Amino acid sequence: MSDTTAAAPVLELRDVSKSFGPVVALRSGSLRVDAGSIHALIGENGAGKSTLVKVVAGVHRRDSGTFDLGGESVDFSSTAESKQAGVAVIYQEPTLFPDLSVTENIFMGRQPLARGRRIDRPAMTAEAERLFSRLGVRIDPRRPAAGLSIADQQIIEIAKAISLDARLLVMDEPTAALSGVEVDRLFAVARSLRDEGRALVFISHRFDEVFALADTVTVMRDGSYIDTRRIEETSPSELVSLMVGRDVDDLFPKVPAEIGAPVLEVRGLTKAGVFHDIDLVVRAGEIVGLAGLVGAGRSEVARAVFGVDSYDSGSVSLSGRDIKAHDPRSAIRAGMAFIPEDRRKQGLVIDSSVSRNVAGVIRRSIAKAGLITASMENRAAGPWAGRLEVKTNALDMNAATMSGGNQQKVVIAKWLATDPQLLIIDEPTRGIDVGTKAEVHRLLSELAGQGLAILMISSELPEVLGMADRVLVLCEGRLTAELDRADATPEAVMHAATHHLETTA
Amino acid sequence: MSHTDVEASASETLLVEPSRLSPTRRALGTVLRSRELSIFLVLVAVTVLATSKNESFLFSSDGLRNFLLNPSILLLLAVGQGVVIITRNVDLSVGSVMALTAYLTGRLFIEVPGIPVVAVIAACLVVGALLGLVNGALVAYGGVPALVITLGTLYIYRGIMLTWAGSDRINAGDLPREFLRLGTRTTLGIPWMTILAFVVLAAVGYYLHTARGGREMYAIGSDPDAAVLYGLPVKRRLLAAFVLSGALAGLAGALYTARYGTVSSSVGSGIELQAVAAAVIGGIAIFGGSGTVWGAAIGAFLLVTINRALPSLGIEDFWQRAVVGVLILGAIVLDRVLATRQARKLAESRDHS
Repeated sequence: MSDTTAAAPVLELRDVSKSFGPVVALRSGSLRVDAGSIHALIGENGAGKSTLVKVVAGVHRRDSGTFDLGGESVDFSSTAESKQAGVAVIYQEPTLFPDLSVTENIFMGRQPLARGRRIDRPAMTAEAERLFSRLGVRIDPRRPAAGLSIADQQIIEIAKAISLDARLLVMDEPTAALSGVEVDRLFAVARSLRDEGRALVFISHRFDEVFALADTVTVMRDGSYIDTRRIEETSPSELVSLMVGRDVDDLFPKVPAEIGAPVLEVRGLTKAGVFHDIDLVVRAGEIVGLAGLVGAGRSEVARAVFGVDSYDSGSVSLSGRDIKAHDPRSAIRAGMAFIPEDRRKQGLVIDSSVSRNVAGVIRRSIAKAGLITASMENRAAGPWAGRLEVKTNALDMNAATMSGGNQQKVVIAKWLATDPQLLIIDEPTRGIDVGTKAEVHRLLSELAGQGLAILMISSELPEVLGMADRVLVLCEGRLTAELDRADATPEAVMHAATHHLETTA
Repeated sequence: MSHTDVEASASETLLVEPSRLSPTRRALGTVLRSRELSIFLVLVAVTVLATSKNESFLFSSDGLRNFLLNPSILLLLAVGQGVVIITRNVDLSVGSVMALTAYLTGRLFIEVPGIPVVAVIAACLVVGALLGLVNGALVAYGGVPALVITLGTLYIYRGIMLTWAGSDRINAGDLPREFLRLGTRTTLGIPWMTILAFVVLAAVGYYLHTARGGREMYAIGSDPDAAVLYGLPVKRRLLAAFVLSGALAGLAGALYTARYGTVSSSVGSGIELQAVAAAVIGGIAIFGGSGTVWGAAIGAFLLVTINRALPSLGIEDFWQRAVVGVLILGAIVLDRVLATRQARKLAESRDHS
């Protein structure tokens, strides 16, 4: 912060790597951010941006590489240390304490103190009000954080970061859930922080925002640094080619399938405050992509269709038969399969063997006199695991020790064993490295070719566009577009995903 | 309080925008809607009912003394338990810690004749704190749920006490008279033990409300993952919560010996669940992050008072336990209903905006 370090960049990362077990999340991350600059960091999902951010924040410790802050080498082992060093991070998902007041959320851990180390609540509330007026928002500083919309929560995260008086502010997709007005307000704040000489790192998927806000842009792909450009010297198309860097067809081996009769029909599905009037049809052999921004209600719709969550009105039917609401067992019996987003928590019995996992959903049909032995499980699971090329040496290997891609295949195998007509899959390749992603995609494509109806939820636009026969776009709980494969361009999908926000703003 | 007033202030809290109500009126609204107040009203109702049946329930020197004195040991445990539950943990070992220090108190007076009372109480505090430290270290660094850890130490600490005491028991005759007087002396009609318990309650309540460490305990219980991302000293706060719970259980052990004069091997068995019950009835959410030790203290008073009142109302022993169970379930069901209603209102208000 002193004159001696003024010449040095605020943040410099070189060849930073980070692995989680067998999964390499960050191969070789490099980033150089100067004071008084807004630096955009772009790349596809899974390119390693968020991991890089978490290394900077002290959430993860790097395995190798150099990490300099203000010209000095640092090695954070906790977020407290990074905060101390003047790094503020706004994460993709807001991390607030729902039970505590908005003010407390902003100042937790560094509340202003009065005499006797007592928290000075009036001063704290006044400071929060000052922050909000600077941000141009009207939020009650005394209300609890529970129940705030994602946009409001994001504002609180930003207020928190500003109040930290950080020299480096990292924003990981802060605009994903914001409306046009809110984005403008955020950008004004970001620019004023830049003019104060702070360094900002801005992660976004929206090119218009990158070009509107940033002065420098760094591209990452597959966990590695690709290139850094001045914003005046580059164009969106150049950035796209840097980001993708490979043939899209390679990654998404979608084979055309014969599309048959409707399998899933959803009519007027509504749940107050979550989603409204959802109509959708998935036919045999068809992959329907459900796109939208974070918080648009995609997973919620899927969970309601499958019966995990209840809904207020509407109907769900499978091959013409109505499915009872809020009853996943009857959905499974009718031929529905659901692979949730967080497969470690919701899709797998993580500390069990592969065969137990695969055999789990068909327990009833393989049990003899109500008893199941390990050999029965192995017999039932064997063909499925083999067909999916799950690379585990033995079926009794523990699911927790497998890579994300293989875990996902085990989950798919588990559901295929029930012989479903419809597969709902939420974020099929999240947390899977690029090589294995293609295998999961090939598998989905094959299954559709065999007549399975697939409803796929994905935040990765290339995945949706590459895999889906039809794309439905959800925005704030409402369907805003239905696009055929030919019409589904990134611009069309993004427009529909943000359209509702812009019209109400 | 009028019904419409409460309704108005309840919907006021749903607003994102700053409230138009004055801070005083808002504070009043918060108090009126608080669990502490409603549980206090239940306590008042029980007391009034019991007193109307039998005047000496409250209006006799013994009645008032028992009313204030009996809950003080449970109150200390409930305060410690409350702090631990606020951090989204639980301490089931407090009954065993209390038994150990109760026996320790007796042994110290027997082994070291003439030992000052203050030294004995200090020893109980230290031993309790150390046993709490063991719990806290296992929870904070072992990554095992507190329920399992403290269930284990519940048996271990009790086992240590049983091995140490054998068939031995402490009798009032083993204890110096000035120590026993601690259990019965009063100032202005208020027993010393009650005063001590209230001082502890006030100190802990003040700390939780106004100190950074206290607020961080709420934050940790509200969302442990977010607390790590915030860079809060999570492990240190967990250690502190368990050390406090242990120390208060240690103190409760010494007070138990002073109050009852005899210590048998079954001292304090089951009291850990009463402490949890007091905290939950008093409005501390079992998943942490909300509630106050004031509520836990009123909960402790309510539990003990109900147990004393029901016989005088002519209700059988079996029903006394059932009533406590109904109170716990009622408190939890009420929390759920209020939470889902609140969530629904919020969702609808967002839809309309």
